Amino acid sequence: MLHPVDPGFALESSDEETILRLSGDWTVATLHTVEPAFSALDLPPAAQIDVSGLGRLDTAGAFVIDRAVRAIGTFPPLLRGEHATAAGLIAQVHAVADPAEKSSPRALNLIDLLESLGRNTVAFVQEVVATLAFLGETLVTLVRLLLTPWKMRWTSIVSVMEEAGLNAIPIIAFLSFFVGMVVAFIGATTLRDFDLEVFTVELIGFSMLREFGVVLTGIVLAGRTNSSFTAQIGTMRMRQEIDAMQTLGLKPMEVLVAPRVLAMLVMTPILAFVATLSGIAGGIIVGWTSLDINPGLFIERLRNAVPLDQFWVGMSKAPVFGLVVALIACRQGLLTGGSVQSLGHRTTTSVVQAIFAIIVLDALFAIFYMQMGI
Amino acid sequence: MSSDPIIRIRDLTVAFGSTTVFEHLDLDLPRGEIIGVIGPSGCGKSVLLRTITGLKAPESGSIEVFGQRLETLPAEERTAVERRWGIMFQDGALFSNLTVRENVMVPMKEHTKLSAALMRDLADMKIRLSGLGASAGDKFPSDLSGGMRKRAALARALALDPELLFLDEPTAGLDPITAAAFDELVRSLQRALGLTVFLVTHDVDTLHATCDRIVVLGEKHVLAMGTIAELRRVDHPWIQEYFSGPRGRAAAPMTEEEA
Repeated sequence: MLHPVDPGFALESSDEETILRLSGDWTVATLHTVEPAFSALDLPPAAQIDVSGLGRLDTAGAFVIDRAVRAIGTFPPLLRGEHATAAGLIAQVHAVADPAEKSSPRALNLIDLLESLGRNTVAFVQEVVATLAFLGETLVTLVRLLLTPWKMRWTSIVSVMEEAGLNAIPIIAFLSFFVGMVVAFIGATTLRDFDLEVFTVELIGFSMLREFGVVLTGIVLAGRTNSSFTAQIGTMRMRQEIDAMQTLGLKPMEVLVAPRVLAMLVMTPILAFVATLSGIAGGIIVGWTSLDINPGLFIERLRNAVPLDQFWVGMSKAPVFGLVVALIACRQGLLTGGSVQSLGHRTTTSVVQAIFAIIVLDALFAIFYMQMGI
Repeated sequence: MSSDPIIRIRDLTVAFGSTTVFEHLDLDLPRGEIIGVIGPSGCGKSVLLRTITGLKAPESGSIEVFGQRLETLPAEERTAVERRWGIMFQDGALFSNLTVRENVMVPMKEHTKLSAALMRDLADMKIRLSGLGASAGDKFPSDLSGGMRKRAALARALALDPELLFLDEPTAGLDPITAAAFDELVRSLQRALGLTVFLVTHDVDTLHATCDRIVVLGEKHVLAMGTIAELRRVDHPWIQEYFSGPRGRAAAPMTEEEA
């Protein structure tokens, strides 16, 4: 049974009749050797099919035979010879085989490209509007919860603060430390040409306090926290937990979204602060080891040359980034459909949107503070 | 050949950590019949299915399917054996990123050299053979109802014309009319294709409508095996309760009631 006989067929025509003799095993495993030639066969209308030499036959074989017979319009087929299952199987398959022709997929052209461009543009605009609407809904929920603090889910807020905040500290501190070192090295090599190595301190101070600390935090959160929030909420959506919640009178906005948003609002500034400190620490290490600026001098100069405003500019962005990260993550999670593919798609979208939003917002902040003269 | 059991299990012990599911279980399943596997919830019906199909490694004992011990076979021959059975999982386990037609085509693509056009046509035929409409082929599993998903899963299990079909609770969660139609479908497919069907179920109606023989699992081994009439005479509290309880009686056809 594991060693099938190759299928074969022969057409014998005499004056009175045409006989199609089938031989070997006609199964899904062997059909490929005979199917192209068999499909191309031109059977005369009154052809008889001799199944006495046929070996094993399964539904795939029966399907191919039925298709050939159907083409000449004689049903039931004129079978000759004995076979245990052939007549029954062919009839069974005939009953469910559908001769309707398939429409072939259309080739893409320029108009399709333009159409897809248009659709994507409209989809982008709609996405922005929908995200803003979600922001509004979240803010309303938050205000309502702040007015009735006993309804707040403190346990889940603290749990999210630990999972998305505290546990992210090592990775954020590490990355920021190395970015601080890199900036210091680049600054030092460039400034050395002008004998202004000592300005590396200002470079580190301004860049870390104002930009890198908080933007790095935002981007790590977008990768780490966004995907996990979206996956958590999306999985709940897939398993109908959110539907169950709604029928039990729980509001997903209050139970799932608000705790995450609040936790991120609190934790992102703390993470950004840690990032800023470790970035400066990276700068100090480079200054000490390769520029001979000792740490005491570095900090003294940092204090004198970099105004405190810079620190507040950086920190003011942190809660905004946290809010954006949590909002996008929750929204994409809630949009998840029923399939695994949809969950994967939403998680990717969530991370991409969050990184995009953080960089765009950072640019807007930069313009805003420049106009303010800070 | 046909008198040999299609599945032969000897001295099987299966455990999850310190919890033993089966101990010294022996079982012979005859070829060409629909065999129902019943037992109380948590007795390991699905575990037995997973162990036979190699998804769960047994602690000890031997399982022969088609007269061959799977775990001793080299990878290629093992695949050859695996091609000869089809499995329908409890929730369908359809690949959610593929359409129903593509789901049915997956085993064909993997194991045969058929042309793409023929595979499509064959898949469409299997989908209709399982009782779904022609339009179901283009849909994704998430667009289907529970009953349709089970039919689609059956179509995929039948893709390679297996000799042995494993069905894990095929009628669970279906309305009685859909469930009865499914039973009828399994029965007619079994007759037409000469299949052996290993059917795990809780549904007394399914047992009456389809099964030639029933295996009762419990207390870590096979409690009894036989036709419904034979099992009714077995003196075991659970089996008596199962067939003589309100649900068991309601499902019994009149003729058997008299017998």
